[in-house]
Amino acid sequence: MSEMGYFQIIISCIFVNNILLAKFLGNCPFLGTSRKMETAVGMAMAVVFVLVLAGAITWIIYHYFLVPFDLVYLRTIAFILVIAALVQFVELFLKKSIPVLYAGLGIFLPLITTNCAVLGACVINIDEELSFMKSLFASFGFAVGFGLALILFAGVRERITLARVPKPLQDTSIGLVTAGLIALAFFSFNGMV
Amino acid sequence: MYTALFFMLGLGFLCGAMLSIASKVFYVYEDPRIAEVEGFMAAGNCGGCGYTGCSAAAAAVVAGKAPPRVCVAADAEAAANIAAIMGVDPGTAEAILSYNTCTGGNRAADKYFYTSINSCQALATIYGGKRECEVGCLGFGDCVSACIFNALKLGPEGYPVVDDIKCVGCGACERVCPKDIMEIKTMSQRLLHLNQFDDRIAPCQQTCPAEIDIPKYISQIKKGDYEGAVNTIRERNPLLLSCGRVCPHPCEDKCRRGIEDEAVSINQMKRFVADYEMNSGRRFPIPCAPSTGKKVAVVGGGPAGLSCAYFLRRLGHDVTILDAVPMLGGMIRYGIPEYRLPKEVLAWEIQGILDLGIEHKPNLMLGRDFDVESLMKDGYDAVFLGIGAWKDFNLGVEGENLKGCYTGIDFLTNFALWQQGDGAEEQPFVGQKCVVIGGGNTAIDCVRTLVRLGSKEVSIVYRRTLKEMPANMVEIEAAEHEGIQFTFLAAPTRVIGDEEGNATRLEYLKMELGEPDASGRRRPVPIEGSESTIDIDMLITAIGQGPDVFFKDESKLLAEDLNVTRWNTIDSADPVALQSSIPYIFTGGDSATGAALVVSAIGGGRRAARSIHMYITGEEVTPPAKTLFTDNIPVSIFESVEGIEKSARTKMPELPVDERIKSFDEADLVITEEEALYESNRCLQCCLICYNKDVA
Repeated sequence: MSEMGYFQIIISCIFVNNILLAKFLGNCPFLGTSRKMETAVGMAMAVVFVLVLAGAITWIIYHYFLVPFDLVYLRTIAFILVIAALVQFVELFLKKSIPVLYAGLGIFLPLITTNCAVLGACVINIDEELSFMKSLFASFGFAVGFGLALILFAGVRERITLARVPKPLQDTSIGLVTAGLIALAFFSFNGMV
Repeated sequence: MYTALFFMLGLGFLCGAMLSIASKVFYVYEDPRIAEVEGFMAAGNCGGCGYTGCSAAAAAVVAGKAPPRVCVAADAEAAANIAAIMGVDPGTAEAILSYNTCTGGNRAADKYFYTSINSCQALATIYGGKRECEVGCLGFGDCVSACIFNALKLGPEGYPVVDDIKCVGCGACERVCPKDIMEIKTMSQRLLHLNQFDDRIAPCQQTCPAEIDIPKYISQIKKGDYEGAVNTIRERNPLLLSCGRVCPHPCEDKCRRGIEDEAVSINQMKRFVADYEMNSGRRFPIPCAPSTGKKVAVVGGGPAGLSCAYFLRRLGHDVTILDAVPMLGGMIRYGIPEYRLPKEVLAWEIQGILDLGIEHKPNLMLGRDFDVESLMKDGYDAVFLGIGAWKDFNLGVEGENLKGCYTGIDFLTNFALWQQGDGAEEQPFVGQKCVVIGGGNTAIDCVRTLVRLGSKEVSIVYRRTLKEMPANMVEIEAAEHEGIQFTFLAAPTRVIGDEEGNATRLEYLKMELGEPDASGRRRPVPIEGSESTIDIDMLITAIGQGPDVFFKDESKLLAEDLNVTRWNTIDSADPVALQSSIPYIFTGGDSATGAALVVSAIGGGRRAARSIHMYITGEEVTPPAKTLFTDNIPVSIFESVEGIEKSARTKMPELPVDERIKSFDEADLVITEEEALYESNRCLQCCLICYNKDVA
């Protein structure tokens, strides 16, 4: 990925390596917040916001602290800590400074604290040895991909609510089946970039 | 090893320090109760309450925008705990409930066969659904699947039935229904709903000036749920005992059964359930919304004023009725005679309305004892003028001021005051040969009162014919049975008196009917040289009445700003909004329309209450966009009705004539329970275009 141009990175992260449908990370919010379109959109926005920030801060932590001190094996735990702190910080900051944005994203921010999609995206950025700018673009791409999948899925699920689903398959089960089908569809992006 | 340990410690310390600094720097004061309230919520962030998550809902509770029971997933105990934190009664805010507004269901015919997926939304995309009825329920139950609280089920008739206990008013059903049949509403919203062109309502309900849900209360009677029927009527009409007795039931004129058969006797069923409540020994509870602290003055305690006060009180406002006479009721107390509406019954009914917490200030007349400025000074937020129509029109002929000549309302009022007084005063004069001029209900009330007072000869002189008489047909028939003479096509021209100034003879011209006039009735034309006379010793003119607006000249504000029409009614730009030319003054009933029916005044009072509610809660006062008002929905009015098997209408029980003309005992009696059940089964349970056929 590190040889790709910025545009290819974004396309690759949104479609080919979609964090939800290709990497299957972040399934919890994928099923949890996709019941209503409203919440799905809110969640998508919050993820874009947090993931770009997290991508930046984890890159700095990794390249300026972990690598020089030869502590690369602490990557996962360090990232978790940093992301959690970051999200809490952002929440506090928004509440005071941009209440409008807080009112929109407020309740989704705590949900992202422990979102594996965010951690996963950051880890992938590091593994792919992307430069700082490129990892920003990749983070943004992953976040948009997350949002796209989530909104698509919310649209489908809103319709599923009205369908006659057999009892054992209702709600989460039919959700997972549907997610699988959408993931299959996203497979066709393979090899595009 | 140590590096790693120190690194993690350092990183943790850094993050902690940063967050603690941030929490100081970015500190926003938050009511500590929000956290406490949130603690009692189910913490599922389910969004069922309509807020984005539990903390938003908790904030809304603390801000007073949501009731303590907002959390749909928490139990009653949690609601009580939240209420305790807030220091309020858990039930104070009005509960929102879901209502199904279509009762057609499967009986509506289909336009085409539909075999695709079982979803209303899918079906609605094909020509708006398969039913003939454009606005009816599609019956696949999208709302049922959307309800996460199991409060909805598809009933046997093919439309959803709401379980009020399980419903939390989340609105999922309303959002999902493609036909807008499911509505979530508070009681206040329900009380204020006016009939609209896109409502699913039967012709009777469209026609009723008070807009009572007639098919619903009849179906409740059918099930034996008399309390439910009373409550249904009370959503639109607080004077059911009175209306059950005196209403000329315009609804029955539009009854679908009436097209092929005799109309359902709707009003007798209303009277049956109303009497049932009165005789049950208890008053059925009437819920009111939490107090809003707004004050409204209702001037005039007649049907319009009582109705307006009743609805405003139920919406949570503080209401004071100011009335010019000692007791409430207005024209239904002092105009309608005892034998049609016993005053004991009226008093019971009015007490029930006052018991809601309405203050009554008697013997205060607008323009004499107070004016609108003094009301506003006393802190009232709005004023309702329901002053009625108490001023008789004059005949305008020579000699009408001779001794023995009276006007209708004057006569009835004076007599009623005497009859309801302590008996200290002398009985008003009653003649032996009495003539009443006019063809309306006031004229009939006068003659029937005179008969009971022992007048030997009582007759009505009317310038048109029986067919054109505006009085209720039952009243005219009852008067005939009681021995009243009718002289039709006679226009009084002169009252002739003797030397002492007593009226002795009435001269009139005979008439014939000519071309129809503006009212659609054929205009009477005098026949030249046909003067005749009748001997009289008492003459009562009851040719109509209008509001007395003398108070207007007593106040500078009203004289300048309050517009009245040329019929002396208070001018409201819109007959539905009923707001006068002074924004905080509203009107309704006879003072807005001129002399009309009791039930119209009740409807007017409710419409005015709606406008007053909008005015004092800061909304713009406008009628709903698609108000039906006095119109009918064209598709609902049929030329002929299929599937009707004729069945006799329940006769109204009456006192025998020779018995009733001797006293003022109530002449019309109530039907029995069996008769009410029989009559309720004659109802076709119509909705907009569908109905239950007698023969399948």
